[in-house]
Amino acid sequence: MAEVDIKNMTLNFGPQHPAAHGVLRLVMELDGEVIERCDPHIGLLHRGTEKLIEYKTYQQALPYFDRLDYVSPMAMEHAYVLAIEKLLGVAVPARGQAVRVLFSEITRLLNHLLNITSHAMDVGAITPALWGYEERERLMEFYEGVSGARIHANYFRVGGVHQDLPAGMAEDIGNYIDGFHNYVDDMETLLTENRIFKQRNVDISVIGPDEAMDWGFSGVMLRCTGLPWDLRKAQPYDGYEKYDFDIPVGKNGDCYDRYLCRVEEMRQSCRIIKQVLATMPDGPVSSADRKVVAPPRAEMKQSMEALIQHFKLYTEGFKVPAGETYTAIEAPKGEFGVYLVADGSNMPYRCKIRSPGYVHLAALDHLCKGHLLADSVAVIGSLDIVFGEIDR
Amino acid sequence: MAELWSIYLLPGIIILAQILLIIVPLLLSVAMLTYFERKIMAAMQLRMGPNVVGPFGLLQAFADGAKLFFKETVLPTSANKIIFLIAPMLTFVLSLVAWAVIPFDDGMVVSDINVGILYLFAISSLGVYGIVMAGWASNSKYPFLSALRSAAQMVSYEVSIGFVIITVLLCVGSLNVSDVVRAQAEGMWFFIPLFPMFIIFFISALAETNRHPFDLPEAEAELVAGYQVEYSSMTFALFFLGEYANMILMSGLTTILFLGGWLPPFDIAPFNWIPGPIWFFLKIAVLLFVFVWVRATLPRYRYDQLMRLGWKVFLPFSLFWVVLTAGVLVAFDLVPQT
Repeated sequence: MAEVDIKNMTLNFGPQHPAAHGVLRLVMELDGEVIERCDPHIGLLHRGTEKLIEYKTYQQALPYFDRLDYVSPMAMEHAYVLAIEKLLGVAVPARGQAVRVLFSEITRLLNHLLNITSHAMDVGAITPALWGYEERERLMEFYEGVSGARIHANYFRVGGVHQDLPAGMAEDIGNYIDGFHNYVDDMETLLTENRIFKQRNVDISVIGPDEAMDWGFSGVMLRCTGLPWDLRKAQPYDGYEKYDFDIPVGKNGDCYDRYLCRVEEMRQSCRIIKQVLATMPDGPVSSADRKVVAPPRAEMKQSMEALIQHFKLYTEGFKVPAGETYTAIEAPKGEFGVYLVADGSNMPYRCKIRSPGYVHLAALDHLCKGHLLADSVAVIGSLDIVFGEIDR
Repeated sequence: MAELWSIYLLPGIIILAQILLIIVPLLLSVAMLTYFERKIMAAMQLRMGPNVVGPFGLLQAFADGAKLFFKETVLPTSANKIIFLIAPMLTFVLSLVAWAVIPFDDGMVVSDINVGILYLFAISSLGVYGIVMAGWASNSKYPFLSALRSAAQMVSYEVSIGFVIITVLLCVGSLNVSDVVRAQAEGMWFFIPLFPMFIIFFISALAETNRHPFDLPEAEAELVAGYQVEYSSMTFALFFLGEYANMILMSGLTTILFLGGWLPPFDIAPFNWIPGPIWFFLKIAVLLFVFVWVRATLPRYRYDQLMRLGWKVFLPFSLFWVVLTAGVLVAFDLVPQT
């Protein structure tokens, strides 16, 4: 009898796939339903952001960062403005820092809301996602309140933020956050102890701390293995050291631990937001350095210098002294870093973006191998990938 | 001539009229069921649901139907075209023919055959062929995986459904569907003595109709839409109608087997004024609500977990209950005499 050659099935997963979280394309080799190889193909959303930034002034490049990880826009802006501030040596006033922390944490809520619920949707639970959108809507109203845009905020500035909070917004945020735990509790009743949800996530794509570090994981993907590494604690920026919060860590490093870590991070973010609101200092929200920050409009009506400074800033932009920096923040998805090389001109010489999703996606093959096809969607959901930042 | 009329034509016309009397309201209730499902899910998910077409969006289902009707039927080049077209028809037809033996009231049934339950069981088992044929004929990978899954899934759950039906039949002593209900009129509704079997039957019904949390054949998160991937227009609509008609059928079957069919809950004054078909309809509606409720609440099982539940939990348990029921009936001399 001739030897029968059994070929594995090659399945093209995406880019038009409901669980691909955007434009992920996976070429999977399946033995039955067991994944033998899982090859992520990226680049379908490549827009050349890093190159485009080299042809924009520092100020003009900022909106590109909103469009990287469009689920947590202000966190991306945060890394970029911190990098420029480091090169310029500009100090941010206390209120500006507090507002940034406030919105960074709102961004974390926004991101985790979408991620947890879409993870649940990937394993088949549809209701949490729609509840989550309701809450995201409320949070995006705060975005809109300060910046005028619901997603692409373009709110953070070198030296602070663009405008102070509108009157009454701090109270609104406080009231909202007080009721937010109701949503988290409701969502948890649907998912956390749900037998099917646990069956789909516990012990799926287990990764240990050493492996996770070898793959370059950060954020929840690293913390789920039990390593309490959080840049907000490890190298605090913008006054995170002033706030009291815990870093949730997992035990097993599986999909379920990632889910639990994210839920707990949402609760911790609420804690931080409450502390920020309670200790919000008065004063300006952006630096008084007129070489970097445009003067207020009222001043321009009176002062010739202010008008000139404004004109210079919005035509030529500010010059950044030659130098380089790698500045990273704890974005909701992990360590988001900006490696910025300045050559003394008004435009960056090079801006390399380190996105956490890219690193996590690279490990997909390692995480999925030997699991079933249905598990791959749970893994993708728990990785928290957004293609804006992976393809850049 | 008169003979031809009385032997062939008149009975033929009567049967045709009976069939239409069942199918037309059935298809209308399928349309309303989609509306019902969307509205209930919307309420559970803090949404509005359909509210534009017609008053309260009531005509949404008909608008969707008309839209599908006017679309182009795409035939994939690599598909086996004949089987590809037969598959949805088969699914649809099978979901309708089962209604022939469903009694809506005492005597209100198209065909009161003595093997009604077996007929229902056979028809519902055939349902898998529509999906397997669709998955195979599409000649595409996702439908193929879906066909494999659904074949395995439906076969596994039919085994436990079979045992549940046997348990009920032991208590009834007849395979006639109307007799099952009459037996409950004398004693109590079967969901009380056979409560665990009622639960197993309902869960298996979810699996049998490919509904959440067992909707693996069409799991949109992994298989996009499973066997429906390549279908469009009316071919898709037939699958859709078939699936929902099956949901109603399985709810009807649960009602007949466990919830006393057309019987009122108490045979006393205000309850037995209401005619039987209305009770039957109400009980089906309650079960359909549970179908939708489950869909809005639960995540989806993974393929191997579903098989484990079917073979390692439901099968031994239902087998045990068959033996237990038989033992109790014999020991206490309760075996029905017919």
